[in-house]
Amino acid sequence: MNHSQPFVRTQMLEAKEPPLAEKGVVKWMRENLFSSWLNAFLTIVSILLIYWVLDHLLPWMLGGIWNADSLSQCREIRDSLYPDGRDVACWAVLSDRWHQLLFGFYPPELYWRPILTLVMFGAAISPILFNGVPRKLFILTAIAPFAAFWLLWGGSVWMPVVVALGFVIGWAVMKFASMPLGSLVATILTILLPVAYWLFLAGPLAGALDAAVPVGIEAVQTDDFGGFMLALVIGVSGIVLSLPLGIVLALGRQSDLFIINKCSVAFIEIIRGVPLIVWLFTASLLLNYFLPPGVQFDIMLRVIIMVTLFSSAYIAEVVRGGLAALPRGQYEGADSLGLNYWQSMQLIILPQALKISIPGIVSTFIGLFKDTTLVVFIGLLDPIGLSNSIRASTDWNGIYWELFIFIGLCFWIFCFSMSRYSQWLERKLHTGHR
Amino acid sequence: MKKSVLLGTLAVAGLAAGVASASTLEEVQARGALNCGVTTGLVGFAAPDANGEWDGFDVGVCRAVAAAVLGDPSAVNFVPTTGQTRFTALASGEIDMLARNTTWTFSRDVDLRFEFTGVNYYDGQGFMVPRELGVSSAMELDGATVCIQTGTTTELNLADFFASNNMSYEPVPIETNAEAQQQYLAGACDVYTTDASGLAATRATFEDPTAHVILPEIISKEPLGPLVRHGDNEWGDIVRWTLNALIAAEELGITSANVAELAAGTNNPEINRMLGSEGDLGGMMGLSSDWAVNAISAGGNYGELFERNIGENTPIGLARGLNAQWTDGGLLYSPPFR
Amino acid sequence: MTIQVVALLLIALAFYWLGHNIVSNLRQLGKDFDFGFLWSRSGYDINQRLIEYSNNSTHGRAALVGILNTMLVAALGCALATILGVIAGVLRLSKNWIVARLMTVYVEGFRNIPLLLWIILIFAIMTEATPQPRDFRGDNPDASMILFDSVAVTNRGIFIPSPVWGDGAGLLLIVFALSLAAIWAFRRYAHKRQEATGDILPVFPVSLGLFLVPTLLVYFAFSAAISRDQYPLMGVGGQQGATLEQFVEENRNPSICAIPDTAVVNLSTELRAIGQRADIVSVSSAAQMQESLQSGDCVLAVMPPDVAATMAGSLDGVDLVTLGQTIDRGRPLQFERPQLAGFNFEGGIQLRNSLIALWFALSLYTGAFIAEIVRAGILAVSRGQTEAAFALGLQPSRTMNLVILPQALRVIIPPLISQYLNLTKNSSLAIAVGYMDVRSTLGGITINQTGRELEGMLLLGLFYLVLSLLISGVMNIYNTSVKLKER
Repeated sequence: MNHSQPFVRTQMLEAKEPPLAEKGVVKWMRENLFSSWLNAFLTIVSILLIYWVLDHLLPWMLGGIWNADSLSQCREIRDSLYPDGRDVACWAVLSDRWHQLLFGFYPPELYWRPILTLVMFGAAISPILFNGVPRKLFILTAIAPFAAFWLLWGGSVWMPVVVALGFVIGWAVMKFASMPLGSLVATILTILLPVAYWLFLAGPLAGALDAAVPVGIEAVQTDDFGGFMLALVIGVSGIVLSLPLGIVLALGRQSDLFIINKCSVAFIEIIRGVPLIVWLFTASLLLNYFLPPGVQFDIMLRVIIMVTLFSSAYIAEVVRGGLAALPRGQYEGADSLGLNYWQSMQLIILPQALKISIPGIVSTFIGLFKDTTLVVFIGLLDPIGLSNSIRASTDWNGIYWELFIFIGLCFWIFCFSMSRYSQWLERKLHTGHR
Repeated sequence: MKKSVLLGTLAVAGLAAGVASASTLEEVQARGALNCGVTTGLVGFAAPDANGEWDGFDVGVCRAVAAAVLGDPSAVNFVPTTGQTRFTALASGEIDMLARNTTWTFSRDVDLRFEFTGVNYYDGQGFMVPRELGVSSAMELDGATVCIQTGTTTELNLADFFASNNMSYEPVPIETNAEAQQQYLAGACDVYTTDASGLAATRATFEDPTAHVILPEIISKEPLGPLVRHGDNEWGDIVRWTLNALIAAEELGITSANVAELAAGTNNPEINRMLGSEGDLGGMMGLSSDWAVNAISAGGNYGELFERNIGENTPIGLARGLNAQWTDGGLLYSPPFR
Repeated sequence: MTIQVVALLLIALAFYWLGHNIVSNLRQLGKDFDFGFLWSRSGYDINQRLIEYSNNSTHGRAALVGILNTMLVAALGCALATILGVIAGVLRLSKNWIVARLMTVYVEGFRNIPLLLWIILIFAIMTEATPQPRDFRGDNPDASMILFDSVAVTNRGIFIPSPVWGDGAGLLLIVFALSLAAIWAFRRYAHKRQEATGDILPVFPVSLGLFLVPTLLVYFAFSAAISRDQYPLMGVGGQQGATLEQFVEENRNPSICAIPDTAVVNLSTELRAIGQRADIVSVSSAAQMQESLQSGDCVLAVMPPDVAATMAGSLDGVDLVTLGQTIDRGRPLQFERPQLAGFNFEGGIQLRNSLIALWFALSLYTGAFIAEIVRAGILAVSRGQTEAAFALGLQPSRTMNLVILPQALRVIIPPLISQYLNLTKNSSLAIAVGYMDVRSTLGGITINQTGRELEGMLLLGLFYLVLSLLISGVMNIYNTSVKLKER
């Protein structure tokens, strides 16, 4: 039998090496750096640019002097180290004053308090920012603002406790009065009762409690706040306090009620139309005109009030975006269940709208945090203001770049990580939601 | 009524700076600390050190007042103010006194309604130029580019000076002394103008101070002094006589070293009156009788303050000049303690 | 309804409370509410002024100077920020790895560091990196002017030549306007023809030709006719027939009387070349010139020969001589070069460092945000659109212009408006570099000198509010015009 066996290869041939130009570094460079004449030109220009910058910057930075007591000493060390007249950075100003740039004049032995506050704040917002965190932490979220206030300013523990009690009263009224009294009356009571409590009862109550059971830690004056701590306190309290107002304004702007709608729009547009620096000057120069004669606030409180009003307009726009992004069906679904306006907002609309607004809120926070540098113009000692003060001491008069590079780097690290988080969240919401 | 209500809230908030009651003195005593407005930083006059302690010539005045009123030179809250916010801060009661090298002028005294309680430094506006320009007189500055600090009387003086001498110039307004220094050193302006003391202080920290000259012309009178609000004369008296006590102490030879010893009683009746071992000058102002002792021991007499902060042995190296005692040919002249 | 009434009542109450407080506070401080300070003498000088201003002008005028400066830097900033943003946004999507990375560094660097810091840093870098005017001096200077000695880059700013209109400039302008009209008409015609026949005319070269050729022809014709004319130079005191150099030995930095035209520019150029500053007293007629010469306002005058002939003998008590030197009459359009004189460059236009630093910082900062907007806009146009356009046979440039951009623009423009608004508001940080914008004049020195913070801040706030509303109004109209017309 003649059986022909067709040739079947039992073994695959070894793949040939790709040509030199099509593999490894060469290929990558050809595709990514020199794919056309224009690209080659751009690449070379970019490389030259990078080289030029690093060539100027690196020797100056790396050769820097870390141990000196004053700029003149720095210059002496430099001249002895580099007789060729090379200019190097004097980082000694940072080793001497870094704690001021971070904490201002906060007493060094109490640095644990702002640090603890920051950690607590991080833990408190984690259930809002990340999904995997236990829900129980929400209790911490509720307590955190008062605890943070107490930790930072110190003094008697009773004041924040008594103030917090006002919110409990408001919540209790909301919870138990709405059934017998109807929602409108309940809402008005929810606002009025705590306000009355704060105005008339809270002060004496705190005093009495403090006299009976004095519990407290060392008080720190607002004047001692400075540096990045000041920027963070203003930024964070601005955003946190502006959230409720911002939500109300956003609802007002969406509302069909003519007067409320127009008032909200006017407020938002006026706030957004005028630069923050003008508002800060208003806080510094004019706020005292608006208060009853003789009453004044500490400058920092005035700034926080102004920053809160300012950011509430921006938060309102972010929340409005969130409200608008919700599918129409959610509103209709809530209506068809027979929920009234407040119920549907509270149970259906706002939880969803706020969730998709978080990236926007984070961006607003980043913007606000950067803008806190403007308080230098009204004499508060934020990082830039402190850099001026540091340069006003005879030791460090005349120093320049080192301080600004440090401040810029700190801001960058903080803002960059925040913006990365917000981008991550945006992507997650984008895929998770639709 | 409304006031106390708001006060309650603010006290709860813990941030209230308090309510301006009838008397600044009572308020300061109730608070237990003096709110003193200073600059955000000017070499030699006010600047925080590495420990956050404020130090400087203006700061010394604040501490002396705090010591006189409260007996404690460290019972001061220093409120940094800018050229723009300082007057509002004082007018609104945010600070009790302002010691921020502020020029005593008619309009500030009368129109802005402040009370200058004396002069702690006689200054005048001068010019600094690089030596290599070869300029020896301000009259040769026609067409020059001039760096000035904004928010002060400096820019008005400058305009007047150049206009009256029929010269032209280009102003470069700068917000802070530190920026102005950087601009001037880089040659972005030919001339830097500010108070002569500031020029000397700035020049002292240059890498090569000899490469710059301060021109002989002083184009304005700048009597710098602490100020308080119009209307509370008792408080004004306290600040005025504390400053006078510092000046008189130097004249009478009272220093921080010997003040305790002299307070026990001397054979000079004026010293005895001032330091409280005879009569009750302090009581007339509502202070304790050893108010002047406290003020002088806080940082020393005027001369000591001067020498320690801006005098010839400091890097700033200012000569006493106009700021010497009248007995030494200067302008410092304290009215008698009687 | 009840809620509305309650809200209205509350708001009215709040306003009443605020108003009441303000009134009683003002009374307590002994102040009144009065805008009269706007009409009093300001007493301070402003370096960059787009309208006439001196320290004798009013505070109101100073505010106006500031307003114009704010609008100038805002307009320049918006333009440059858009250009930078578009370039960076497109390059971030580039396939070139290193360029894309560099752009990412730029965007993230500028977005995450406060603007104030950038303004301060860029100002300082510009001050340190550019030479001071002194460096241009001497036989072997450290720095020299660029572009045929017409532009000087210094750390006080960039000095560029300024245009000066001479005789015949009117005709030049008319011809230029006519050629612009012709370009417009031609483009219309080309468009119509393309719609009708499909032919594409060479629009760009023809436009360019129309733009340049007629105007240049007129310019050269005029120049040939008049530029060789010489104007006599007359001086008070000094030798008959002396040269300019001899004359200024007696009269240093002389003031010149002239009807402002190119001849006097040529004269001041010659003066600066011999190290003198020229102070020009402009007059409007021969009679006025006679008066100024007689009163001693100026010691040097340049004028057409016929005027000079009448002038020579007509002055009594003043010894007016004709110098031996004459001055070129000049061309219809001339550029005055900056020249080193005295402490600084003189002549030309000075773009001050404060303006440039603020402008760059605002543009770079806002550009980083615009880059992200542009990138998002381009990514929002689906890839299929490009492929479909290519399939139709459109060239890449036309694909971009006709298909991609119109769609991307709809996504880009709304956030772009808010960036423009941000930039305008951020221009109030001018205070950091000493740029005299409205916040530094009205909201800064004026408030400081007059103590009128309530009135001043109110005006300042109103100005920014109106400007913001204006910008968003205009941009919104533009936005509706490019929006997809849904039918």
